Amino acid sequence: MPSLFGKSLSGVKVRHCKNTADMPAVRMPIPDKVVIPMLQHMGAPCNLLVQVGETVTVGQKIGDTDAFLSVPVHSSVSGTVSAVIDFVSANGDKCKAAVIDTDKAQTPCPDLRAPVVQSHKDLVQAARDCGLDGLGGAGFPTHIKLNPKNLAEVNTLVINGAECEPYITCDTRLMLDRTDDLLAGISVLQKYLGVERVIIGIEDNKPQCIEKLTRATASMDGVSVRTLRSKYPQGAEKVLIYETTGRVVAEGQLPADQGVIVLNVATTAKLAEYLRTGMPLVEKMLTVDGGAVTRPQNIIAPIGTEIRDLIAFCGGYKEPAKKLLMGGPMMGLVVVSDDYPLIKNNNAILAFNQKESVQEPETACIRCGRCVAACPFDLMPLELDAAYHAEDTHALSLYKVNLCMECGCCSYVCPAKRHLVMSNRLGKKLLKEKGI
Amino acid sequence: MTKDLLIVTPAPHFRDGASTTGLMLNVVAALIPAVVASALVFGPRALVLEAACVAACVFFEWLFRKVCKRTNTIGDCSAVVTGLLLAFNLPVGMPIWMAVLGCAAAILVAKQLFGGIGQNFANPALVGRVVLLVSFGAQMTTWADPHAYLPGIEAVSGATPLALIKHGAAIADLPPMLNMLTGVRGGCIGETCVLALVIGGVYLMAKRVITPTIPLTYIATVIVLSFAFGLNPAYQVVSGGLLLGAFFMATDYSTSPTTESGKVIFAIGCGVITMAIRAFGSYPEGVSFSILLMNILTPLIDRATRTKPFGGIVK
Repeated sequence: MPSLFGKSLSGVKVRHCKNTADMPAVRMPIPDKVVIPMLQHMGAPCNLLVQVGETVTVGQKIGDTDAFLSVPVHSSVSGTVSAVIDFVSANGDKCKAAVIDTDKAQTPCPDLRAPVVQSHKDLVQAARDCGLDGLGGAGFPTHIKLNPKNLAEVNTLVINGAECEPYITCDTRLMLDRTDDLLAGISVLQKYLGVERVIIGIEDNKPQCIEKLTRATASMDGVSVRTLRSKYPQGAEKVLIYETTGRVVAEGQLPADQGVIVLNVATTAKLAEYLRTGMPLVEKMLTVDGGAVTRPQNIIAPIGTEIRDLIAFCGGYKEPAKKLLMGGPMMGLVVVSDDYPLIKNNNAILAFNQKESVQEPETACIRCGRCVAACPFDLMPLELDAAYHAEDTHALSLYKVNLCMECGCCSYVCPAKRHLVMSNRLGKKLLKEKGI
Repeated sequence: MTKDLLIVTPAPHFRDGASTTGLMLNVVAALIPAVVASALVFGPRALVLEAACVAACVFFEWLFRKVCKRTNTIGDCSAVVTGLLLAFNLPVGMPIWMAVLGCAAAILVAKQLFGGIGQNFANPALVGRVVLLVSFGAQMTTWADPHAYLPGIEAVSGATPLALIKHGAAIADLPPMLNMLTGVRGGCIGETCVLALVIGGVYLMAKRVITPTIPLTYIATVIVLSFAFGLNPAYQVVSGGLLLGAFFMATDYSTSPTTESGKVIFAIGCGVITMAIRAFGSYPEGVSFSILLMNILTPLIDRATRTKPFGGIVK
């Protein structure tokens, strides 16, 4: 389907590998222990509210902070805090983490009750109390997103069901299996954000989702489903806003500055579930896949479950894993060991076998221009790569390295196998260090 | 858990499978029809010349990297492409040792001294050709008649269609158009067979190794200027090295602009210079010079045709 708004943004046709799309999520048994980091979102880490030896219940708040950009952390299990450890996240952030030995009883926290939401302010508070952050992967605190300075100007809510990363199908399953929560979430958001229209964007490789939601939203005023081309990265925030509304979020702007708020389908459904039950974000639906996994499937697991337990539930490793990813293959982060815990914004764990992990060596750029043609934002990755290696901060800002969303299209198409995204990431860091 | 160490790399962990070697091999494949045509038109010596140039280019590349203790890059097959293209730009009677000198100029001077693949500012094969043209003018312009290698055909040295046009020949005095398309005419060994070159060019575009921008703009410019200068456009397109240059040499990645708008400017420049030399210069042919001159302008064109990023604010 061609873009509705004149120029269509570039991108790449990736292999979809949506092997698990037909598998409804299975709830896994509670593991013996969980590790719950205090930083599972973009922003400041929480302070740990419990001590070693303390017993905790499901949904009990165990981490919080007064910092602006942060959300609280809740216990996903009932049991006893057996240790507090220093934790280094997959992207290198440091924080504390609570290790909890589970009692398998899953006793819910007695203080939990469904919140009463009667205003926008109540909704924002509820999102925070739920511990909700962007479940699509970015982990941006939801209550901050829902509370822009210019709320009156926000007239469009975009619900992200693009799921453009290969392998991942948990949003597909959510749209099909938890349609009621998704629609309830949309209704409540529509009401309290005061938006005229809600657009659900879904890639055309998920026809069942498009069909089901089109039918289900037919009676909802102002809510529509927009079919997106299956072209990575349709689900990237700025791309999705452009493809659904035609609006361009400019350099330095937030989506709200263009009158748009974007939420992932999983975030939306979780918000509705919280309003219904009062149970904060303590478990996650995710896809476990990759050539090293015996039984790839979608599962529902408590947050903090170690990757090895997730894989064990999926039949264990059928061959040695050479690469473990949190997230999809385009933007996912590698972890160095399978004792890393599942965190809020993980939507996939991929265990790649030897063959899938082959990394060919970087060779010289041949200036073929494929990266330029692939970049959704029309950046020139080859120039940025050269500028970063020359530490040329003038060229880095001239070619606008800060606009790079690190989607990976450039590296994906590079015949010289250059680490173009990495250069952009480091280029941004260099500009920051130099105060530019 | 496996005790083996896990691999840690930056995202993305997916690649589309394109490689530099793959691209170069596609160019070699696209040149095969012209190799076959060169042998049919000019005889087995054309193959000898091609083999010698490929071997020499690969050898010089290997030698330079070895002597300079750098990673060896002959595996990317770009030297094979350079060797073939340089051979294509030679007359069939060119002494091998001279051809090898041209290869040295192409690989050692134009390519490796500037840092190797991707770093050269001018097309190595064309540098090799121009070095040979100014060094060995006589041998570089001694054209054997096509099929002179066959028994019973008297070997005389002829003139290229462009030289005939330069000296005021009427269309009737030129080889018939069928000969121009099949390559049965005087010229460098790889440039004469229009059909073979077009097949190769279409293959490259179909495989998305090149975009059509440069070849089409270049050829269109030549056609427009032929009309303007009162020359026969059909003969201007099929004569000389235009198609070889437009499809295979002006499209060289590192020496042509990266953006499509830059490619348009580049190709128009090539067309204008080519036709200026053909119509007014002392050489009958200007494809090599035009591409080399535009190669030199490429960094400037690249700078002038920077993309405008999505959502970028011009300060």
